[in-house]
Amino acid sequence: MFFAPRPQDGTLTRFAWRGVRIFIVGGILSVTGALLFAKNFGAAMAYSLSITMMCWFFIDGGINAVASLIYRHDPECRAGATKWPAWPWTVAVILGGTIVGHSLGVALGNLVTGYDMPGLLNSDYRRALGLLAVALLPGIATTYFFYSRHRLASSEAVAQTAQRQAAENQLRLLESQLEPHMLFNTLANLRVLIGIDPPRAQLMLDRLIAFLRATLVASRETRHPLSSEFARIADYLALMKIRMGDRLQTQLQLPPELADWPVPPLLLQPLVENAIKHGLEPHVDGGRLHVSAERRGAHLVLQVRDTGAGLSAGAASPRGTRFGLQQVRERLHTLHGAAATLDLEPATDAEGGTLATIRIPLTPP
Amino acid sequence: MTITALIAEDEPLLAADLRAELERLWPDLRVIASVGHGEAAWRETLTLQPDVLFLDIRMPGMTGLEAAQALAEDWPDNDAQPFPLIVFVTAYDQYALQAFDRAAVDYLVKPVQSERLAQTCSRLQAALRQRHGTSSLDGLVQQLRGLVGSGAPGAPAPATGAGSLRVIQAAAGNAIHMVPVDEVLYFEAADKYVRVITADREHLIRTSLRELQPQLDAQRFWQIHRGTIVRCDAVASALRDESGKLTLTLRGHADRLTVSRLYAHRFKAM
Repeated sequence: MFFAPRPQDGTLTRFAWRGVRIFIVGGILSVTGALLFAKNFGAAMAYSLSITMMCWFFIDGGINAVASLIYRHDPECRAGATKWPAWPWTVAVILGGTIVGHSLGVALGNLVTGYDMPGLLNSDYRRALGLLAVALLPGIATTYFFYSRHRLASSEAVAQTAQRQAAENQLRLLESQLEPHMLFNTLANLRVLIGIDPPRAQLMLDRLIAFLRATLVASRETRHPLSSEFARIADYLALMKIRMGDRLQTQLQLPPELADWPVPPLLLQPLVENAIKHGLEPHVDGGRLHVSAERRGAHLVLQVRDTGAGLSAGAASPRGTRFGLQQVRERLHTLHGAAATLDLEPATDAEGGTLATIRIPLTPP
Repeated sequence: MTITALIAEDEPLLAADLRAELERLWPDLRVIASVGHGEAAWRETLTLQPDVLFLDIRMPGMTGLEAAQALAEDWPDNDAQPFPLIVFVTAYDQYALQAFDRAAVDYLVKPVQSERLAQTCSRLQAALRQRHGTSSLDGLVQQLRGLVGSGAPGAPAPATGAGSLRVIQAAAGNAIHMVPVDEVLYFEAADKYVRVITADREHLIRTSLRELQPQLDAQRFWQIHRGTIVRCDAVASALRDESGKLTLTLRGHADRLTVSRLYAHRFKAM
């Protein structure tokens, strides 16, 4: 529709736009009606338009006023968010708005035409009820029309917000996995290796390719076998080993009976990355990283353990950690609800460091 | 006179490559040591006193920026050996790049390319020819001052509830002492602990100065050294000796605190 408010317009502007549209539609209907049925075209037009506009003014204005009053009283309520009051309020406003609007419309019509048509309030009750029923119909129809348009617009807005958030999350996940510091340091090492040890450089490049491919695909697939998860972690750790040398010792432990178990792709990646970034990399002597999977009762238990700097030192480091953990928790929650958990705690034995534990129910997803 | 260099880089392959490249591009340069973490860089630089220092920014223990800060604070005042020319090396640290954009010292981005390294070498050679006294140290001190309070890596990030700490909770045996921060004269870093000194006694808390600092009110608690934060109204006077070294005396306490050259500018007459 070419007469339409823009989304950024304020409440008053939108109100005025609705008025213009009502005037046009009401005008067309009045002209048609007056041409077909009325003896006096001008007078019929005057009454019809003034009643239409008055009714619109009081119903639409009433709904907006009630909505904003409710909102001011209780900003948390639904009417505040949707700018539309609950049904009983709407019905009351339509009824009241029609009575007041019709009476004032008739009065205005009388003023313009010089006739003396009786309004709702100074007719006998049967005529008044008849008038009211006729006057209510367009009010209800129009209100319903605007209400459904409003609902459509707000559900579209909600869907758009959800979509934008999902895209943003995916981007952040990708960004956190393709951390520039990791990527450029790996490429710097690769560049050196090409000169001094080409076969090893080739091996490293293969690992990097597998890691990058998994990172890009992870955002599209919902699950892959645990053996693939461990293979991708092995790729990542191999890259890190070339960079950190003897400072990084790794151990991966996957029982064969769990190899085919489906898990969300790169679920463990943020935990492994955190263990290196906040546990082992800042630790002058480096340490050991142990990734394991095991069956414990009705649960699949995945653990990432490092012997690095530990949690208290990690707490002071930048917020990257939180995003990684939050990401893992969100993905677990989406797939398993409250049944799957992630815990991060200080390792209890003498070697110290941090232990991250994921528990997933062993019921086939 | 041969020019000496020290390389601080935690990734062995990259360190070896930088060394090899330097030998090829600048045969007169002698790399006297290659170390793998920030603390070793600081210690070895003080002992070996190289002319040039290649410092990786992200290293375990102490970062490259922290090592540079520690060196700027601890470098001897006599002019016998000028402060090393520092070249920062980084894979991806936007802050550092911005901070050193207008710098007299150079920075390199990994992977380090030969042409770029050659450029750095000629820049260093030019700087070495006209170097005298502590001029390069002054330049670095200026830059580090900007970095220390600017949220750049190496400087503490402002935490939520900054400056809101009211009491220090210090464990002693099975008791917890509640020490109001208003009674603290100064904090001093001691390995993995922080010493909390009040007028009549001393407590140890298990935290780092870097974690503690954001919780303190920066208007009242001044950092005067990488290992010392003093409550400014506990300071009685600041004395400057002939060599320019600044020492603080405290109200109601005999301790004297040294102000590093990085923070000396805070003590000026009004």
